Amino acid sequence: MIAFLIKRFFQAVVVMFVISLISFSIQDNLGDPLRELVGQSVSEEERQALRDEMGLNDPFLVQYARFATNALQGDLGTSYFFKEPALDVILNKLPATLELVIGATLIIVLVSVPTGVYSAIKPNSFFSRAVMGISIVGISVPVFLTAIGLIYLFSIELGWMPSYGRGETVPVFGSWETGFVTGDGLAHLVLPCFTLASIMLPLFIRLIRAEMMEVLQSEYVKFAWAKGISPTRIYFLHALKNTMLPVITVGGVQIGTMVAYTILTETVFQWPGMGFLFLEAVNRVDTPLIVAYLIVVGAIFVITNTLVDLIYGLVNPTVKLAGK
Amino acid sequence: MSNQILEAAPAAPTTWQRIKDSHLWHSFSRDRVAQFSLAVFLSFVVMALFAPAIAPFDPYDVSQIDILDSEIPPSWNEDEGDARFWLGTDAQGRDLWSTILYGTRTSLLIGLAAVALQALLGICMGLMAGYFGGRIDSLLMRLADVQLSFSTMMVAIVVLAVFQATFGTELYQELAMFMLIMVIGIAEWPQYARTIRASVLAEKKKEYVDAARVMGLRSPRIMFRHILPNTLSPILVISTVQVANAIISEASLSFLGLGMPVSEPSLGSLISSGFEYIFSGSWWITVIPGAVLISLVLVMNLLGDWLRDVLNPKLYKG
Repeated sequence: MIAFLIKRFFQAVVVMFVISLISFSIQDNLGDPLRELVGQSVSEEERQALRDEMGLNDPFLVQYARFATNALQGDLGTSYFFKEPALDVILNKLPATLELVIGATLIIVLVSVPTGVYSAIKPNSFFSRAVMGISIVGISVPVFLTAIGLIYLFSIELGWMPSYGRGETVPVFGSWETGFVTGDGLAHLVLPCFTLASIMLPLFIRLIRAEMMEVLQSEYVKFAWAKGISPTRIYFLHALKNTMLPVITVGGVQIGTMVAYTILTETVFQWPGMGFLFLEAVNRVDTPLIVAYLIVVGAIFVITNTLVDLIYGLVNPTVKLAGK
Repeated sequence: MSNQILEAAPAAPTTWQRIKDSHLWHSFSRDRVAQFSLAVFLSFVVMALFAPAIAPFDPYDVSQIDILDSEIPPSWNEDEGDARFWLGTDAQGRDLWSTILYGTRTSLLIGLAAVALQALLGICMGLMAGYFGGRIDSLLMRLADVQLSFSTMMVAIVVLAVFQATFGTELYQELAMFMLIMVIGIAEWPQYARTIRASVLAEKKKEYVDAARVMGLRSPRIMFRHILPNTLSPILVISTVQVANAIISEASLSFLGLGMPVSEPSLGSLISSGFEYIFSGSWWITVIPGAVLISLVLVMNLLGDWLRDVLNPKLYKG
């Protein structure tokens, strides 16, 4: 287990190193920090002097080392547009995105587990066939079209739901403002969360169904039937446990995918989160902000993947052997 | 794919007989959904191929566009409809039907080219990883793991965003199609590499490979001429789904403004340009291209599903 842990940790560090290297080379090549600082009026000699002073003429590796030291201390530069530390700007928007992901995850778990299990137990029922049919349509609809469709139906035609923004939010601690506790905040969460969940739902329903069907064929489940254990116990205790193993791995990888799709969802719903901020930063060529976003999102990916591997190692004892 | 089979059919009668007896044809002739999907898919392909001949207007030609024609609704239900534009016009006054035809062409072209690139990279990597094993295998597969853990969408958005910021919007728009193909093509190679590797591992143990090796054939020849043809059915299955995914990715990227420019729209950028007008009631600019995009992707997914059931690569490998 220790060896597995160390190996995983090492891999996470390597990946973070590569991400920081990429981010740095973006920062190095994109835009001119001097222009942002002094404008056009300064003479060429003064520029050169400033460049030397700021270390912009140093070799690449020296500059990278400086960038990495600052980054490790939480300093990713100052956003050109907001005139604030880039990391702070990103972290201020993080709660909005996280709440979107949490809401969507809740919907996914609450919907996909029961439907997946049901359609595995009764694969020929009308409901199961309908679910499988809908899920292939669901896979084929791009997320921005789902979003547009929901807005068109529920906001424009029916007028039930708000179509953009976060609505009323309440500060919880520090800069974390939540929309989970007010009615208005919740109403604003519904459509974006459903949109985000809609990408993953077909995948998870199909995955749970396939795994569950396989588990139900296995010897130990047949033995449990023979023993006369009640169906509820067999389905939800014995079978579901082993069904969830692969679901955890896929789920962990998909959390990363969801963060990517928040960019699309946030754009359609004008949701003031990280993804929306990132696209704005790209349009304004706000390099420090772009770099900060890359590092933060990269860290989220690496941390979730490492955690999922660890959880998987804990839940499934056979992995430990493979890790040695 | 099965359309290749249909095309090859009239040429050689013996081949035709072999196709008619095959498992694939047998299943196809009994599956209504597969027949319908293939028919719809082929009609999309024909529409895309002959777009310049079918389309009544050239949406790329500025001289044919009149801004006074903008936002005309489809001709069938409204009083304001115009007989010249049976699907209406978009916000710039372009005929929506022509723009959709050209858009489908662009979307399909990007999807197919990107998947061809994926397949090329993935097949080479997968063959090498599976055939040589050892260090090369673990290095390539680690790389694939890491790349897969960052979703394609994320990688594509970041890369394209950075390129757009570096080049500036105007130069970027000229390169958009090339960039989209490169990014979507490179981002998804692990899908192919993993599938191929798994098949290669199974094939490698078989006697014909030993025989080829004993005959003194070189590794590249064994890999490409002997093993590769035996891994074709999983390749076929993922290719269908991958083209559908690539089209979705392209549409999403274009929707974000990172893909095809509005002057040469793909389906995604057409939807994106229409989205601004949906609140003012001009639904058709968004809804009609959206419906085309969904049906195009849906039939490809249905075909992919059918192929997977028929060829069942999982059993086939065993």
